[in-house]
Amino acid sequence: MFEATERTLKDAQRERLVKRILLGSTILLILPVVIILAVLIWKGAPMMSFEFLFEEPTNGMTAGGIFPALIGTVWLVLVALLASVPVGVAAAIYLSEYAPDNKLTRLVNLAIINLAGVPSIVHALFGVGAFVLFAGFGTSILAASLTLAVMTLPIVIVSTRESLQAVPQAFREACWNMGATRWQTIRKVVLPNAVSGILTGVILEVSRTAGETAPIMFTGAAFFLPFLPESVFDQTMAMSLHLFVISTQVPDVPEALPYGVALVLVAMVLTMNAISVGVRTWLRGRRKW
Amino acid sequence: MVAAANKLSFSDVAVHYGDDVAFSGLSFDVRENEIFGIIGPAGSGKTSLLRAINRMDDFNSEMRVSGRIELDGHNVRAWRNVYSLRQRIGVVFPLPVGLPLTVYENVALSPRLRGIRKKAQLNEIVERCLRRAALWDEVKDRLDTLGSLLSGGQQQRLTIARALSQEPEVLLLDEFSIAVDPVTTMRIEDILKSLREELTIVLVTNLVQQARRLADRTAFMLGGELVEVGVTEELFTGGTRDDRTRQYLEGRFG
Amino acid sequence: MGSVSDKGIDRRTLDWWVDKAVQALVFIGGFSAVLFILGIFVFITKEGLGFIVGEEFSVTEFFTSPKWRPTSDNNPTYGALALIAGTASVTGLAMVVSVPFSLGAAIYISEFATGKTKELLKVLVELLAAIPSVVWGFIGLNMMNPLIIKLFDVPIGLNVLNSGVILGLMAAPIMTTLAEDALKAVPDSYREAAEAMGATRWQVSWRVALPAARHGLVAAILLGVGRGFGETMAVLMASGHSINLPSSPFDSVRALTATIAAELGETAVGSDHYQVLFTLGILLFVVTFAINLAADVFVRRSDRS
Repeated sequence: MFEATERTLKDAQRERLVKRILLGSTILLILPVVIILAVLIWKGAPMMSFEFLFEEPTNGMTAGGIFPALIGTVWLVLVALLASVPVGVAAAIYLSEYAPDNKLTRLVNLAIINLAGVPSIVHALFGVGAFVLFAGFGTSILAASLTLAVMTLPIVIVSTRESLQAVPQAFREACWNMGATRWQTIRKVVLPNAVSGILTGVILEVSRTAGETAPIMFTGAAFFLPFLPESVFDQTMAMSLHLFVISTQVPDVPEALPYGVALVLVAMVLTMNAISVGVRTWLRGRRKW
Repeated sequence: MVAAANKLSFSDVAVHYGDDVAFSGLSFDVRENEIFGIIGPAGSGKTSLLRAINRMDDFNSEMRVSGRIELDGHNVRAWRNVYSLRQRIGVVFPLPVGLPLTVYENVALSPRLRGIRKKAQLNEIVERCLRRAALWDEVKDRLDTLGSLLSGGQQQRLTIARALSQEPEVLLLDEFSIAVDPVTTMRIEDILKSLREELTIVLVTNLVQQARRLADRTAFMLGGELVEVGVTEELFTGGTRDDRTRQYLEGRFG
Repeated sequence: MGSVSDKGIDRRTLDWWVDKAVQALVFIGGFSAVLFILGIFVFITKEGLGFIVGEEFSVTEFFTSPKWRPTSDNNPTYGALALIAGTASVTGLAMVVSVPFSLGAAIYISEFATGKTKELLKVLVELLAAIPSVVWGFIGLNMMNPLIIKLFDVPIGLNVLNSGVILGLMAAPIMTTLAEDALKAVPDSYREAAEAMGATRWQVSWRVALPAARHGLVAAILLGVGRGFGETMAVLMASGHSINLPSSPFDSVRALTATIAAELGETAVGSDHYQVLFTLGILLFVVTFAINLAADVFVRRSDRS
């Protein structure tokens, strides 16, 4: 009585086929990453050594270490974080806790989405026009970091806002009913429970910032620098720019060198992402309500 | 003997949500140190009434309150420091809420916000409020548990402890027993009876018998209108002035 | 407890003022996003305006001439057509290559995968998104380049195909994630109703979930296009250096973004060349803005339905 009819058999066949096609699409998307990582490790691993990471380049950048570029990236990321995290968290608090449901709020949200979508080279142009020239910082870590900060601001805002909004409204109302002000409620109950989201956003921002090239190319990063930067008003080398120049503009570079640089850069970025995923998973495990 | 003062008074109060009217033309008084019950079927506007008292409508742009509400003779709507107003009014809502802080911090929150910092003082307040809320014995050994992870009945008593920690003058309860087991309900009813000498209590409830057990006077609301207010025992023993009240008390509808 | 003292109702405590101050501060933070977006437009226009209102600029030349020779001594021309074609061809190829796979992956992850597999796939897609654009350019240069030369027997491997595939891979994660979000937003009740009538998973997806999510899917694709359109380093390194209208995927091209990156360093501040590069920036900004606006419209439509 319940034999599979011809129609249901065909349906089941089609289902299996489609499922395989879709899985295939997914794998095709992910496979390149795996292959790329494998090649980077295979060709770049020979360069890995303590000296590579901690010494300066020699011989016209074709040998030696990448320490100045590494340190430069760290500087850029730190200053960018300093500039963007307070503003980003404030913006997220505004959007989540204060903003009424009106046109102005829609405008702010639209601005954030657009800011995230602006091409990196346009951010570079903005950085040149606003920070290098108008503000008079010249090509410097400061100008480059501020450019990066504006570019990655949306990341902090979105991730912080999501974690703020995940806190149930009932908690806020209970506090308001007790006579707590909005800020007291945020300070004591909402924000402490949103720290995970803020952390995730910050780590993600670090990972994006470390890898960007265009925004820093004309605003503060340079390739041939004889000295390490001593203040935010100096120029600096940076990993991303280093990889770019070394693979496109420097002749007679041993094959492994750019692979080594790429490998270190990718390792930095992927580690940050992995930490971010780890933090998210760990925090999700700790139920607080 | 001086007649009991009016703690709260409503004069021709109405609440609108956009074009909808929650209730209108509400006028009544609540006397100091009484338990004032408000009964009526769902949707008669009882919750909106409470929200208008402590100005929770400030957080809802849709809600409009008109008319005059007074606390100790001062217009609630014109109170300049709304936070100090809310601190004087404790609220217990239908859904128990344990804040995601330790039990200790749940009860210490309001004192801290009011500037009390000394550990000894806070300890005393926390223990006193938890005792009054009949929760102390169950949590005294685990004050660092998260309030949000307690059981429903415990969270509702925690809410009462928090309300008490505000040192309020008025306590508003909105159907507090809905999400809570009968034993906890009984315990909370006992707590309310013991609080009568210090506070004025407004008890909104859908349990008619609960009003009979607790309230000195009771108001009956129907369809956004205050039908009548009377001494509770009189209402329940045939002293209703309006037929609708009698029908509601007899369980004919609602 | 006694009655209220007048001080109690009138006195605004420190907390009251602090709350107001915080409210102002966070508003400034929130509004800063608007300020920055406006600022970007203002500053790039400021630097590029000189060219637009100057005598060198002609709208027809800019948009219809493929002759981009800003550094020529005697007769500099500013025809951006080839650059526009470069961007369009690379982005177009990227979309053709990656939209089917991104949507396929999104459907698989959203409708078929469960539990740990789903988590793993999502994490892997995220990792794809984490790779910096300069590394993608490096890959195009050193891995795709020789591969294309060998596979297709062409002289140059830096071309539309190379950067198109790379861009496709770069835009895929954002499309997959957004498409997956759009599918997740379709209420389970729709699916359950179809399943109750005996539909298979795929039938449920095809007939119920996909149509219901179509606005979100369009938005996802639009944002993927925006991503590809605005990409700089990967295109700079993988698409070659000739400025011409492409006639095949094996032709080298130059995109708008890459042009700015390649030439800005050589210009003198305020010169015509400098300004025209900013003008290209204005073009990029306006188009990306339009794409984002369109995507927003679609997202709003999906929220409403």
